[in-house]
Amino acid sequence: MDKNNVGADLPKEICAKYQNNRHALIEILHDVQEELGYIPEALVPEIADQLNVTRAHINGVISFYEDFKTAPIANTHLKICRGEACQSMGADALIEQANQLTAQSQGKISSEPVYCLGNCALAPAMMAGEKLIGLLDEKSLSKIIKKAGQ
Amino acid sequence: MSIVLYLPNDSAAISVGADDVAKEILAQAKNTGLDIKLLRNGSRGMFWLEPLLEVVTKAGRIGFGPVSPEEVGGIVDALAKENFENADHAKFLGLVEEIPYLKNQQRITFKRVGIIEPLNLEDYQKHGGLEGLKKALTLGSEKIVEEVLTSGLRGRGGAGFPAGIKWKTVAAQTAKQKYICCNADEGDSGTFADRMLMEGDPFCLLEGMIIAAIATGANKGLIYVRSEYPASIKTLKNAINILEKSNWLGPDIDGSGHGFEIEVRRGAGSYVCGEESAMLESLEGKRGQVKVKPPIPAISGLFGKPTLVNNVLTLASVPMILADGAKAYRALGRDKSHGTQAFQLAGNIKHGGLVELAFGVSLRELIEDFGEGTKSEKPFKCAQLGGPLGAYVNEEMLDLSMDYEALAKGGAMLGHGGIVVFDEQTDMAKMARFAFEFCAIESCGKCTPCRIGSVRGYETMDKLIAGENVDQNLELIEDLCAILEESSLCAMGGLTPLPVRSAIKLFPKDFGLEG
Ligand SMILES: Cc1cc2nc3c(=O)[nH]c(=O)nc-3n(C[C@H](O)[C@H](O)[C@H](O)COP(=O)(O)O)c2cc1C
Ligand code: SF4
Ligand code: FES
Repeated sequence: MDKNNVGADLPKEICAKYQNNRHALIEILHDVQEELGYIPEALVPEIADQLNVTRAHINGVISFYEDFKTAPIANTHLKICRGEACQSMGADALIEQANQLTAQSQGKISSEPVYCLGNCALAPAMMAGEKLIGLLDEKSLSKIIKKAGQ
Repeated sequence: MSIVLYLPNDSAAISVGADDVAKEILAQAKNTGLDIKLLRNGSRGMFWLEPLLEVVTKAGRIGFGPVSPEEVGGIVDALAKENFENADHAKFLGLVEEIPYLKNQQRITFKRVGIIEPLNLEDYQKHGGLEGLKKALTLGSEKIVEEVLTSGLRGRGGAGFPAGIKWKTVAAQTAKQKYICCNADEGDSGTFADRMLMEGDPFCLLEGMIIAAIATGANKGLIYVRSEYPASIKTLKNAINILEKSNWLGPDIDGSGHGFEIEVRRGAGSYVCGEESAMLESLEGKRGQVKVKPPIPAISGLFGKPTLVNNVLTLASVPMILADGAKAYRALGRDKSHGTQAFQLAGNIKHGGLVELAFGVSLRELIEDFGEGTKSEKPFKCAQLGGPLGAYVNEEMLDLSMDYEALAKGGAMLGHGGIVVFDEQTDMAKMARFAFEFCAIESCGKCTPCRIGSVRGYETMDKLIAGENVDQNLELIEDLCAILEESSLCAMGGLTPLPVRSAIKLFPKDFGLEG
């Protein structure tokens, strides 16, 4: 893929998959992000054209939803749960630890807090990519981060 | 004869290693030459036992758990011997259905979860699946609605609105195009029942939606699943395909003349999109902003058409209600809370998991008898009921009856049935601060008190926690709570005062006040 032209044809293909239906915008943005890891600003006009909506509308949607990223994220992206059930089992300390370790990872790992992953009986919980992890502790967290950083 | 094993592919079970155990079982089967058939089920909802490996025996399914990959070899050795029903193994649990946690439940909505293979339609039907739908096809719209009304079923998404009344309203609309929108956003922390059902018995939800379609005359269904649940999304899509192929979904359901299709849509990480009008906006491809009611969705919902919005568990309760009779369902429960509720024990609790029981069980029974107290083994401090917008309750309130009315009277709410337990080390000022912060993060931004007041709320809590002008700041917090409660369009802002005020009231010392 041409680096300066990231996924230029992608919006067209993905929008076509949804019959250029503007009501499928959330699905379309998810698909773009799955392909590229984020939603490049440069693709917004093309999506807007395909769906016949304004760029402002699309930017408004992108900014509303936590899932959508407008800049590349690290190869390993951790979503650490900060919901009450995970807090009751020490999530705050793990988030602190993850922040320190990701800061030292030179961009290989990124992390963000999320609010409940539906694994509250096995708290603390975290998602690494699409993989859900339960009963997270300091040891397992640093192992995951170490592995990802290699 | 082959040895039949069950191991959950529920994402919580996988989160503690079920897939690694599965891999090891297959490897061991190959090594030993034993004829092992490994099936994947949903979770029984006893999460402290996951990965829970079950073995089919003449007497019933016996269990081992929690199983680590390293322990698989030993278990397979035990299975190779005769009379493994009495296996001598540290992780041996005996007959799974005799485990008190499970035995003492009343599984109705979850009766198949953990038992069947989720995507095996034959298995589903063998365990009573599609009976409700078949009955519905003989009853027709009016009588189905009547059954749902009679059952006393109330919405399981949080507000507890009578399902039958909503169904009746949608059915009464004359529009040609109507929608069923299933709310599978399950944003409340401490809850996972929707996920367990979608992963463990997806046909049950789909069957409930098809019945709802026949009852209301809807021709299109959408399931709004939070993006945090990729496994649910995948399983539901597969289940829809299977029902389409067997003509239980499509233009002419089972030759009845009813046409209905279902589509799965992903959420995108917004809590407020669980609020129904925000969810509908999101389904239209927009920002998830809450809308003013009226009009109610039942009259003007998705794309301005009559729309039935129900939670996963509301819809999934309907097949059993039709199959076993509305009166039987109604007979369960207490006061105006009929049927069963999927209580979810979470957080700092020894035996976290899903407990389905008739309404009216006491909180103490749930936390102490089922949950066996805190996991840390430090004294219990409090529990938060009904998600992040729910109240905290203390030790003295544990005898509360878990039903809509009794909880409301006690200043709490049931919500989606989540119960999050905290031990004595918890600082309630921090939790109150968190409630404001959560509101600030998830606010849709429409109402000023919710958008700005929540920020003022946690800033003020910060000062209070630092010991600055405690009395004055507490007064300010109370003012903010009053404004939030009075002038919020939806429960996001409107109920944030509930965790805050209950924390202050029950644990004044944590806020620097004399107890
Ligand atoms: C902030 C907020 C979040 C909500 N989140 C959910 C949710 O995740 N799932 C759900 O079913 N209902 C949720 N609700 C309730 C819905 O608005 C609605 O009442 C429900 O989906 C109706 O279905 P039911 O009658 O079957 O419960 C939420 C409400 C609010 C105010
Ligand atoms: S209370 Fe909050 S979330 Fe609800 S409509 Fe108002 S701003 Fe939006
Ligand atoms: S609160 Fe963390 S998984 Fe639910």
